[in-house]
Amino acid sequence: MTQQEALQEYLLRMADSGMILAQRLSELVGKAPALEEELASSNVALDLIGQARNWYEYAAELIDDGRDADKLVFLRDAHDYRNLLMVEQPNDDYAVTMARQFFFDVWHYFTLKALSNSKDERIATIAAKAVKEATYHLRRSSEWVKRMGDGTEESHRRIQDAFNLLWRFTGELITPDDIDHAMFEAGIGPDPQQLKQDWFGMVREVAAQATLAVGEEDAWMYMGGKTGEHTEHLGHILAVMQFLPRAYPDATTW
Amino acid sequence: MSEWVLYEVFVRSKHGLNHKHVGSVHAADNEMAMENARELYTRRSEGVSIWVVPSATITASASDEKEALFDPSEDKVYRHASFYKLPDEVGHM
Amino acid sequence: MYAQMVDTGTKRLKTLEEMSPEERDFQEKIDAETKIEAKNWMPDAYRKTLVRQISQHAHSEIVGMLPEGNWVTRAPTLKRKLQLMAKIQDEAGHGLYLYSAMETLGADRDEEIQKLHDGKAKYSSIFNYPTLNWADMGAVGWLVDGAAIVNQVVLQRTSYGPYSRAMVRICKEESFHQRQGYQILLDMMREGTQEQKDMVQDAINRLWWPALMMFGPHDDESPNSQQSMVWKIKRKSNDELRQMFIDQTIPQLEFLGCTVPDPDLKWNEERGHYDFGEINWKEFYDVLKGNGPCNHERISTRRKAIDEGAWVREAAVAYAAKQKQRAAKAA
Ligand SMILES: [Fe+2]
Ligand SMILES: [Fe+2]
Ligand SMILES: [Fe+2]
Repeated sequence: MTQQEALQEYLLRMADSGMILAQRLSELVGKAPALEEELASSNVALDLIGQARNWYEYAAELIDDGRDADKLVFLRDAHDYRNLLMVEQPNDDYAVTMARQFFFDVWHYFTLKALSNSKDERIATIAAKAVKEATYHLRRSSEWVKRMGDGTEESHRRIQDAFNLLWRFTGELITPDDIDHAMFEAGIGPDPQQLKQDWFGMVREVAAQATLAVGEEDAWMYMGGKTGEHTEHLGHILAVMQFLPRAYPDATTW
Repeated sequence: MSEWVLYEVFVRSKHGLNHKHVGSVHAADNEMAMENARELYTRRSEGVSIWVVPSATITASASDEKEALFDPSEDKVYRHASFYKLPDEVGHM
Repeated sequence: MYAQMVDTGTKRLKTLEEMSPEERDFQEKIDAETKIEAKNWMPDAYRKTLVRQISQHAHSEIVGMLPEGNWVTRAPTLKRKLQLMAKIQDEAGHGLYLYSAMETLGADRDEEIQKLHDGKAKYSSIFNYPTLNWADMGAVGWLVDGAAIVNQVVLQRTSYGPYSRAMVRICKEESFHQRQGYQILLDMMREGTQEQKDMVQDAINRLWWPALMMFGPHDDESPNSQQSMVWKIKRKSNDELRQMFIDQTIPQLEFLGCTVPDPDLKWNEERGHYDFGEINWKEFYDVLKGNGPCNHERISTRRKAIDEGAWVREAAVAYAAKQKQRAAKAA
């Protein structure tokens, strides 16, 4: 794999992860547990789609086969998606939604922070803006994890269950593969060791305040999203999300 | 069921000198009131500073939160009507 | 409009002479276009009517998120997804502005929402219609928000200060809603395939009459309007507003190259207005009574969201209480 191919893959991971999480959040429109949460959760989704668009546009320029951001989103099948498995997990109850958000936000925040110092200027610019948004997302999801963890008996049980349920998807956030290493060595991506350390540090700190137990570092982990092997959920997400462009292939404008 | 309490929200806009009362939000605590006020009253980067006031106490957003709180909404051009260019023939909308 | 039938609880208008000194003072303020504020004296019926009107309006904003939420997961481009989601989010915001105005009258948001969920409160009939194709997102923005705007623009001058200020804020945000809707339709009509154009016409066919119903019954069937006009919480009659809406919408319709399903629609040179056919009032009252295509889904979705979210809200309250206790102990 050339460095440029690695970079394309890396950009798609960033783009797809934000996009699919936003898609999950968009399912909650009109159904959030409080009216105030409607605004908060849509805001996160809007931020993520905006960021994803920036990543896709850069990726599309590099891929340079005539596909634009929309084509990348609406006309790739699941095996070409490079998002983390975490973000495709269903909303289930709000504890799962929030735990998923929190695990992702911690990863996202530290990743973007590192990327804002990337040698690749385009990446640095996109990340510098995105990290401001991610800072806010992380603060919000951390607060909610604490509220749920240290709230009522029921909320504690639910968020602990959610932590347990989703723990197996956390490994993928912080386990580097060849592409992650290549990006780091090129001065483009974050230091995998540092990222892992930061992620655990923050997750443990918030979990402690939330009186929650976190899983083991060496627990069995479910991975594959970054290389296109997904859970069953992604196919259904895409079936919904891509419905119109697929059903009306002749349409060139919407 | 114990529900969230009411907070009054004051926003100082970019060009305004004083915090101005803009409405209220429901929240369980000060932090949440601030989050909720930000989401509700500054979606179009209307504000540079927010106060939320439960009963008698005032809590102001710290200045170091400014970037995370307000910068992000500046690029959401699609929120403004002028983003939607309509042909002149359509008339005022 | 979003509050289609608001009961004022008054049978007959009082003359200034019949009023108590306080009430006369109140009415004179209104006549002089001075805003009534939360702490001012106001007749009980004015307060109750406003609570009813503002809560109906707020409920409409919130329930109104659902027909559009139905397509937000299927928006066909990134741009459209962002726009639609921002638009729906605004509607949640409008609901909150309005509930907040309502609460200045001493009403409780949670109680009013409970009434909605129990089927005891009204909201605009329009949101009980299904959104069946993507062009509905265009037609809703253009026609439904368009109709709402006609009403809301005049309500900016409503006599109750907090309501009026909420309306000013809402109106500022609304014009983007209508434009994003119109642009969806226009782009498809100009550059779309035949299938897309058919989609647009189909959406207009289904939503045209329900949009006209948003303005409520004819003036002579609207017994509470008179009192509301005197209180200036209604500033133009239902029929006036409906006519305004039609007059401004038909040229936009023609520009799209579409039609409305009304054979009686034609320009009346003499009146300087469009003439139009009769609304199916039986359908209007049926939907208002709960027998529309989506009444059941809309309310049960809202009820489920709030009921199943109770533990989340309770968690936040419990956490806040613990934090307070800790702070007190530490001090
Ligand atoms: Fe609306
Ligand atoms: Fe609205
Ligand atoms: Fe609207």
